[in-house]
Amino acid sequence: MKIRNYWNLRDFGASTWENASRPVRVAIALISIVLVGLLPFMGGSILATPIASFDAVLVYPVGMFVLMSLGLNIVVGKSGMLDLGYVAFFAIGAYTMAILGTTTGLNTWEIMPIGIAFAMTAGVLLGIPTLRLRGDYLAIVTLGFGEIVRLVVLNSSWSKGPNGIANIPMPPNLGPLKFELENQKVFFWVVMAMIMLTIWMIRRLTVRRPGRAWEAIRQDEDAAELMGVPTLKYKIWSFTLGAAVGGAAGVLYASKNLYIAPEMFTLNVSILILACVVFGGIGNIWGVVVGATILGYLPDRIRFISDARLLVFGLVLVIVMNFRPDGLLPRKKREKAIVKKGANA
Amino acid sequence: MFAVLIDQFWSLTIAGVALGFIYVLVSLGYTMVYGVLRMINFANSEIFMWGTFGTIVTSRDIFGYTQTSAPATGPKLALVLISQLLMSMAVAGLTAVFVEFVAYRRLRAKGTNRLATLISAIGISIVLSEIMRLLTSSRPVGSPRVLEKIILTEVWGANIRLDTIVTIFAAALIYFLLERFVKLSRMGKAIRAVSMNEDAAKLMGVNLNRVITTTFLVGGLATGAAGFFYITVFEYTKFNIGFTMGMAAFTAAVLGGIGNIRGAFYGGLFLGLLEVYASAVLGTQWKAVTVFVVLVLVLLFKPNGLFGEAVQTTRA
Repeated sequence: MKIRNYWNLRDFGASTWENASRPVRVAIALISIVLVGLLPFMGGSILATPIASFDAVLVYPVGMFVLMSLGLNIVVGKSGMLDLGYVAFFAIGAYTMAILGTTTGLNTWEIMPIGIAFAMTAGVLLGIPTLRLRGDYLAIVTLGFGEIVRLVVLNSSWSKGPNGIANIPMPPNLGPLKFELENQKVFFWVVMAMIMLTIWMIRRLTVRRPGRAWEAIRQDEDAAELMGVPTLKYKIWSFTLGAAVGGAAGVLYASKNLYIAPEMFTLNVSILILACVVFGGIGNIWGVVVGATILGYLPDRIRFISDARLLVFGLVLVIVMNFRPDGLLPRKKREKAIVKKGANA
Repeated sequence: MFAVLIDQFWSLTIAGVALGFIYVLVSLGYTMVYGVLRMINFANSEIFMWGTFGTIVTSRDIFGYTQTSAPATGPKLALVLISQLLMSMAVAGLTAVFVEFVAYRRLRAKGTNRLATLISAIGISIVLSEIMRLLTSSRPVGSPRVLEKIILTEVWGANIRLDTIVTIFAAALIYFLLERFVKLSRMGKAIRAVSMNEDAAKLMGVNLNRVITTTFLVGGLATGAAGFFYITVFEYTKFNIGFTMGMAAFTAAVLGGIGNIRGAFYGGLFLGLLEVYASAVLGTQWKAVTVFVVLVLVLLFKPNGLFGEAVQTTRA
């Protein structure tokens, strides 16, 4: 391990992990999970948020942002497709929960797979025609899709239009763990579990065929196609997996918030999530987690300057992008990874 | 369902053309920058919003008009209108140059990925809209009526109002002047050279930074002019009106084939008419959906925009 690695948090983390033996890895993972799991008890410390309760902030925005950013990262970071309509999948998940939860006897955990399935279906339906487009055009079509979903929900009677849907049931208790409005620790742990599941999924996929296909598509789509990578298929896969994560987040969000309305699913959410991804370090899971945590947490932490907090948020985006254009924790350069493998061997 | 459309076809058409010309000017802001940088100028919607405030400040604070004062007439009318227009263009133009300076220049010099630039543009547009929100305490601002909305004449059952006519003709004039500028002037030639091939243009001695700043400035001027016409027709603004306008204008730019000026012209007019007709047929709440559905369809079947292909060779 080189000394300079201490300066580079990402490489330091990666090399520590790579050089560690299995028990050490398990220990590191367990300790981190416990530490993060204890976060909701830190409400009294310097981390406290002035107005919103700290537990609630940890669930939404922070936890939800991390989850959705990880989902969007599959699309934008891994396979390099710019998706500006990610909120649509979040909305589909949330409305599935809201409508099924209020009209049928199904509970959150039973609706979760249905919501995910709907979001994935929407992903496939949108993906098949549009993923032939590239770059900015794809961005605009997805942006349009996000707005269409919101406007349809806003103007339809089944979704109760602008009034939104109230009285969405909370998730049933998990044994001794009770879901309460005042005390959202359990929600936080559920979000955390979902985040870990997503991270695990992404890490597994990254080192296998789909991950390599995405990387190839991101670097040069034409070359990938010529090398025999079925690009459209893998692009749709990436889009659909991202949609699945967004849908899952939506189901949980509706069940946590008890009330949803179309105004919660504006383009701003898509942009914010994209900002989380790029801010943290596009393509790098831990970067995305850090970015989403900061951008989710910051506006609530600086509520004391309540009126100007969005202004500060915008300034932070501009400044960080100007000085660290690859994000706070950028992904490893491909060459770097190869050189390091050689050095380790 | 179509009764409204048939009944009021001509008045809808006139309203659509006026709206269309506002879209044309705003989408110039997108299309010019896209042509040169191959990047979406995300802050253009806020530049437009600042332009509308420039218009209102001129009539309200400089010329002292209030909501109750009588509309201007004669030479005074021309003076007020022209200074409003110039003020709006100046405010928007300077804002655009500021945006380029703060959000784009440094990142471009570093040669970084496009997403970073996009996020930094999103950041600056949040900053611009928040500053205005704080200044106006989130309240909508009404504009004093300077130009009386006289009904000039009636054509095929449609009322021709003065403000619509002014909007259509003045906006067309400004569009024409800008197009001439890009077509004929030395700077315009440089802009087109950069948009065709940046490296080659640099080798030919084009000052890239100056070209890009000018592009932002020209786009900002067009957007600012649109802000003035918007106020003349709708007489109201708010810190968040940029978003809807920006979306529509961007759609217009893409419809016409983003990156070419004439595309923005056709796209803007097409979208203005489409929006007005669609809201007559389906109701106002569905007009945005119609616009997006059309956009998605166009992109799927003619990805270069409706007029992109045809005008591409004379890319301007």
